[in-house]
Amino acid sequence: MADLQVSTMADFLAKGEKPEVLFWVGCAGSFDDRAKKITRAFAKILNKVGTKYAVLGKEESCTGDPAKRAGNEFLFQMQAMMNIQVLNGYGIQKIVTTCPHCFNTLKNEYPELGGKYEVIHHTQFIQELLDSGKLKVEGGDFKGKRITYHDPCYLGRANDIYDAPRSLIQKLDTELAEMKRSRAKGLCCGAGGAQMFKEAEKGEKDINIERTEEALELNPSIIATGCPFCNTMITDGVKLKNRNREVKVLDLAELVAQAADL
Amino acid sequence: MNFLPNIIFIVLLVVTSVIFAKQVKKIRRNILLGRDENRSDRRRERFEQMFKVAIGQSKMTTKPLSGALHIIVYVGFVVINIEVLEIVIDGVLGTHRIFADFLGSIYDLLIGSFEILALGVLLACVVFLARRISKRIKRFDGVEMTAWPKNDANIILIVEIALMMAFLVMNAADEQLQSIHVEGYIAAGFYPISGWLSPLMGMFEASTLIVIERSCWWFHIIGILGFLNYLPFSKHFHILLAFPNVFYSKLTPQGQFNNLESVRKEVELMMDPNVDPYASPPEDDLNAALPAPFGAKDIQDLSWKSIMDSYTCTECGRCTEDCPANQTGKLLSPRKIMMDVRDRAEELGRFIDKSGKGSTDNKSLLNDYITPEELWACTSCNACVDSCPVNNNPLAVIVDLRRYLVMEQSQAPNELNIMFGNVENNGAPWAFPAADRFNWASEED
Repeated sequence: MADLQVSTMADFLAKGEKPEVLFWVGCAGSFDDRAKKITRAFAKILNKVGTKYAVLGKEESCTGDPAKRAGNEFLFQMQAMMNIQVLNGYGIQKIVTTCPHCFNTLKNEYPELGGKYEVIHHTQFIQELLDSGKLKVEGGDFKGKRITYHDPCYLGRANDIYDAPRSLIQKLDTELAEMKRSRAKGLCCGAGGAQMFKEAEKGEKDINIERTEEALELNPSIIATGCPFCNTMITDGVKLKNRNREVKVLDLAELVAQAADL
Repeated sequence: MNFLPNIIFIVLLVVTSVIFAKQVKKIRRNILLGRDENRSDRRRERFEQMFKVAIGQSKMTTKPLSGALHIIVYVGFVVINIEVLEIVIDGVLGTHRIFADFLGSIYDLLIGSFEILALGVLLACVVFLARRISKRIKRFDGVEMTAWPKNDANIILIVEIALMMAFLVMNAADEQLQSIHVEGYIAAGFYPISGWLSPLMGMFEASTLIVIERSCWWFHIIGILGFLNYLPFSKHFHILLAFPNVFYSKLTPQGQFNNLESVRKEVELMMDPNVDPYASPPEDDLNAALPAPFGAKDIQDLSWKSIMDSYTCTECGRCTEDCPANQTGKLLSPRKIMMDVRDRAEELGRFIDKSGKGSTDNKSLLNDYITPEELWACTSCNACVDSCPVNNNPLAVIVDLRRYLVMEQSQAPNELNIMFGNVENNGAPWAFPAADRFNWASEED
């Protein structure tokens, strides 16, 4: 398969053009092998519908989210100021991102520091594409399959986005099975607040196991989520429970891309 | 005419009110020990939030049973206060059922509804007490639920049951006195609940009935005035603070953490190419007070709102029950964070009372009350914030304490220090070269 055609902001600038939207990839989406697949799936969707979009490429840098949650406000603001210089330099107005942590930080914490953009999560973006008919999907392989959805904290409780991800699942003619702790009561995957980058404190159980067990109780074929960190945590949980053969952990962008044969 | 009861009543009322006002003033002072933060913007939205969450109890009902029972007690408390007003006026003026005269049949309706509510409150409190005594609800336990918090909860319920019983027995005796036309007991009110006790009351003579009626009347009002003075020492203070606490609670998305203004100034200086890095501070700055620390070590470093949160906390444990760290056996309990803030604020307040303003005992919220192990277990998932019926924000305290550990003491767990280094050097939390950031587009699945 040929390379994905993805332009950077620098490419657009060289042509004297401006994209409609900036795709903020995030660190997980750029460096983590599993998360890169999510990035590519979303890029394929963008290419398919012909959205005029760009990425920052090597000019992108960590939003500072993990530093801020861990209490390093200095580092966060340094990252934020540098990113804002880049974003404002290109005159960015609209950002879409596949990472709820980047989403929350860019949307809520950057404006006060001078970075004011319209920021949306990729599940909202895809929902718009499906609702407007720009992208058409049928259930295909997923038809009738049982899918459960894990709410990422930074999308759900943090920003009240519960319906866009679910609407994508429903569009695929699947059976959406809700966990007991879902939506505002959704249990964290265990990665937030910079936990992703450290060992957990001592306790009786790892949080991702607790969450994975809850999802597996529903006997789903797929556990869907909308966050690369949740994806890692639950994938690990499913592996530890030796259920990785029959249960897949997929991002919603991957589900939609597969259903659309991309 | 004998004025002694009126005088005793007025003295009692004045003394208990003055003591209560003093205690409230102390709590206000303790809350204001915190850092200034503007929470008076967007007033319309704040009022809406208060109507919905505090007055409307919208978050209580996520647990249907305790939510419904709590609403009965809450409505009972608010409505029966009209009766308390009458009792106070009667007590001061030496009258009896003063509202009866000018309210007419509305008075019957009022007394009738007070009685139904009183029974409701009584039954709800019995169920609440049974739930606590049976020890079948996990959230009523936990490391922070030591003897005092548990006793506090039981005392509140027992007092409320006793007050409601006194109220109903008082009415029953009154009704009986009315029916045998004893002087001073005008025929007034409608007694749907205490009427059940009339066969019992019928056994007593008028003089005994008067003793019963008066004893209950005094027990009830002394109980209420005493209970009022118990509130400042109890989790039950939430009945007053819940409303302002929700009014001033955060309006921005739950995921949004505040950007520290003090840090912003430093960062802007660092990024300004025109700043002389070797400049010494201006002369007059040398005598200025020490700058406030980054983050929080003690009460004075927290926002005043976090301290108000702690005084509003009713220790219901919904936050801890929903906390992923707590559920998986970690030390962190958001309820403990709130209770620690209050305990420390009280301790510091007492110390200031003794030693004067500006003096410090050599203790702090961080380490003496809350340990780093608790703080580092938090996933910042906001479950505790979301579940709190009075919109408390334990996460704000956790983050402020983490900020102090990291920025003032460089005491982050080592793995986090590595992550910080990576973000600083590579622009990513992992040690990947920034040059590889765009490789994803040329790789294959």
